[in-house]
Amino acid sequence: MAVLVIADHDNAHLRPGVTNTITAAARMGGEITVLVAGHQCGAMAQAAAKLAGVKKVLHCDAPHYQGFLAENLAALIVPLAAGYTHIVAPATGLGKNVMPRVAALLDVQQISEISAVESPDTFVRPIYAGNVLATVQSSDRIKVVTVRATGFDAAGENASPAPIEKLAPAADAGVSKFNGQEVHKSDRPELTAARIIVSGGRGMGSAESFKLLDALADKLGAAVGASRAAVDSGFVPNDYQVGQTGKIVAPELYIAVGISGAIQHLAGMKDSKVIIAINKDAEAPIFAVANYWLVEDLFKAVPELTAEL
Amino acid sequence: MKVLVTVKRVIDPQVKARVKSDGSGVETANVKMAMNPFCEIAVEQAVRMKEAGVVTEIVAVSIGVPQCQETLRTAMAMGADRGILVETSAEVQPLGIAKVLKAIVQKENPRLVIMGKQGVDDDNNQSGQMLAALLNWPQASFISAIAVNGDNADCVREVDSGLEKLTLKLPAVVTADLRLNEPRYVTLPNIMKAKKKPLEVVKPEALGVDVAPRLKILKVQEPPRRGAGVKVADVKELVAKLKNEAKVI
Repeated sequence: MAVLVIADHDNAHLRPGVTNTITAAARMGGEITVLVAGHQCGAMAQAAAKLAGVKKVLHCDAPHYQGFLAENLAALIVPLAAGYTHIVAPATGLGKNVMPRVAALLDVQQISEISAVESPDTFVRPIYAGNVLATVQSSDRIKVVTVRATGFDAAGENASPAPIEKLAPAADAGVSKFNGQEVHKSDRPELTAARIIVSGGRGMGSAESFKLLDALADKLGAAVGASRAAVDSGFVPNDYQVGQTGKIVAPELYIAVGISGAIQHLAGMKDSKVIIAINKDAEAPIFAVANYWLVEDLFKAVPELTAEL
Repeated sequence: MKVLVTVKRVIDPQVKARVKSDGSGVETANVKMAMNPFCEIAVEQAVRMKEAGVVTEIVAVSIGVPQCQETLRTAMAMGADRGILVETSAEVQPLGIAKVLKAIVQKENPRLVIMGKQGVDDDNNQSGQMLAALLNWPQASFISAIAVNGDNADCVREVDSGLEKLTLKLPAVVTADLRLNEPRYVTLPNIMKAKKKPLEVVKPEALGVDVAPRLKILKVQEPPRRGAGVKVADVKELVAKLKNEAKVI
């Protein structure tokens, strides 16, 4: 066995999810090599080299990887495939975008968002918004896999950093152009890595009301998330969305405020260790997954909670 | 320009999926089915582009059992011009889907393929990206906006840290995310009109495609349930529980 892990990063940090992917890779057996591709991303290669279980880092640096375009990354990864039995990435936006392209070019069926590894060829993955778990076995020679980070612990640190090898870039496919990102900067912990998340739904009613959640999050050192309804209504940007097709989180504490608990939202947070729900609707489905719930107007309860902490 | 859209027939997302008692699969008998919500968004986008004069013809494609014809008729009621059903009762996994679609694309020559980003049943999120790879076309997944400008498509994608802007050379494959648009309801007159639109049925073998699955489903099961929780009377009690019982703060 030999596993190639594709790192997802933004030049400042390896994305949360990479370290959990290393743990998943270790369960598949064999040596772990991490590919860090990008533009001026040497620091990311060094960060990857420090993760426990990593035997080697391949560092590929070129301007045309700046936007992490799928066409270019797939063209870089595919020629490397012969040396590995598994090619694995976290199921982040990058992993989801790039890996299926890699799988198709290798003529293999990708296994998406695994939550457990049973053996080098058998994996568990959630389907139907996490209401069903499927155990699947792959007969392909190379397994292309994306990893649901919440299914695996973070890897520790290497005793000494793994060696970093330079990898020559592949050609720029030249069929797509990256025109920049609109990123929302925040001092808060990243949603998929936070220990505590305060999340708002349709009940918040406005973008302005989310300031109540910001205050609560500040007290707790928490990240702020949202349901699809809140994002669709324009209360918060899209990267706040927790749910089946948004971010999947499993913090120690998830506080759902004004969230009814639709199947699709639960899919994104029902593996949280402790779930609190505050909603004035006594019939809100979210209460069925909550450890503790409070039936009260959030505009009274949230400021009270913030003050009480 | 011609656009191809794909539509998948799935269990209605409002329905909670249940596992068959023998664990061999998910129960679909007598369960309400619907067009995959992301496919609805894909069809809607194609129809809006046709209404704006950017698109001249919309071909809708579905892969599966004969009842997928209903899904195609819904797409045509929304505004697609023609439907193609690749009929099979076998389980077709994303790699197979992409190969079937590649064969159709090579016959139909669309300039743009719009697909939903994932099926809310399998949650694979692969088919669009795989099709782009097999065609050697550029891809833009999870799009929240698209504008065709001559030979290019300018797309906005929803990514983990916010939004990203890409320009793709056409022909290209894009996959639709939630906020690309809000799909229209189909009206009765349009449902009636759709019955008369052409719907072709073909078999995967006729397209020369091998759709044999690569993944074997060993079993399906429901995840462990969370224990029942407790209602608290007020904020004070909530904080006490969090500190003393749950010990998370």
